[in-house]
Amino acid sequence: MIYWELFVGFLKVGLFSFGGGYAAIPLIRDVVMSYGWLSEDMLTYMIAVSESTPGPIMVNLATYVGISQGGMAGALVATFAAVLPAFFIIIGIIVFLQHLLTNPYVNAVLQGMKSCVTGIILATGVHMVSKNCLPADGGSPVPDLRAVVVTAVLAGVYFGLRAWGKKKLSPIQLIGISAVVGMIVYR
Amino acid sequence: MTSLTDLFFTFMQIGMFTFGGGYAMISVVENACVENRHWITHDDMMNITVIAESTPGPIAINCATYVGYKQRGLAGAIAATVGMILPSFLVIYLISRFLDDFLEIAWIAHAFQGIKLAVGILIIDAGVKMVRQMPAKALPRVILVCSFAAMVVIEILALRVSSIALLLVAAVVSLAVYVVCGNVDKGAAV
Repeated sequence: MIYWELFVGFLKVGLFSFGGGYAAIPLIRDVVMSYGWLSEDMLTYMIAVSESTPGPIMVNLATYVGISQGGMAGALVATFAAVLPAFFIIIGIIVFLQHLLTNPYVNAVLQGMKSCVTGIILATGVHMVSKNCLPADGGSPVPDLRAVVVTAVLAGVYFGLRAWGKKKLSPIQLIGISAVVGMIVYR
Repeated sequence: MTSLTDLFFTFMQIGMFTFGGGYAMISVVENACVENRHWITHDDMMNITVIAESTPGPIAINCATYVGYKQRGLAGAIAATVGMILPSFLVIYLISRFLDDFLEIAWIAHAFQGIKLAVGILIIDAGVKMVRQMPAKALPRVILVCSFAAMVVIEILALRVSSIALLLVAAVVSLAVYVVCGNVDKGAAV
């Protein structure tokens, strides 16, 4: 049943998304792809929408996937499941486990997971960029020159301004710029 | 005593105006809950930040649950957390009703083709930031490189391996090294 699948899928996301918003993206991608809930493009669009609308990215994505699969009820189930682990873990820490986080064994486990999630995020980003630039056309990847150039320009502006400029672009600003560039280049 | 509606509406405001979530909202919570309302102390706020970094889930949710629970127990935690989520829930609900129609419009579809390219850059950027915050020790670095490599192989070969499996392996390895070497710092500093 779809509500049960949404519940279990997003409970897993909520339970393992250490390290804030972006850490949840590979996990959500995993769940969404394995159930075939959204296309890869649609998921990428929704990541951008979630980044540009108020609220945590994970909650926004859970709400959207829930709506797309099960309407209003699906959205409630997915969002509830995504938030549930964080909610009870925080209350658990306040009530019984004040010293849990200073326990060296717990710390070893957490440190291992955080390092791993960092690798997973980097690999997901690299995979998304290379898939955009090298779309597989009937099996073998063919370079999409337009995407390569636009990606290089956007990355150059984003990282260049931070390294050498006085201004820093926020993610929302980069999304805005990329939208304008997209309208011009893909016209 | 803080009323439940006060908790609900305060966090609803915070939820309405924090874009992108994450660390941007810590200063907003600090402003609302420490300076304006004296619900929690500055030390509490530092404490939440540390807890939020080591627990799963969005920092925004962790903050809301913590403050709500400290003020009014379980009911307070629910009021604050639901208040925090409600604005983004409604915004995404509205967007979902129109998004498919929007994407039929040519210039919006083109804009999203550009946006798609930016999202990959943002995710790499988030990963690089996390690498910089990692402790400069051997074990976290080894786990980082191995999980990156494993994930690339999984993507290229389109294997059906969940990233949760990788996380669990990393947790076990990290714990095992701690148990065997006694001290991760000493054991990994070689």
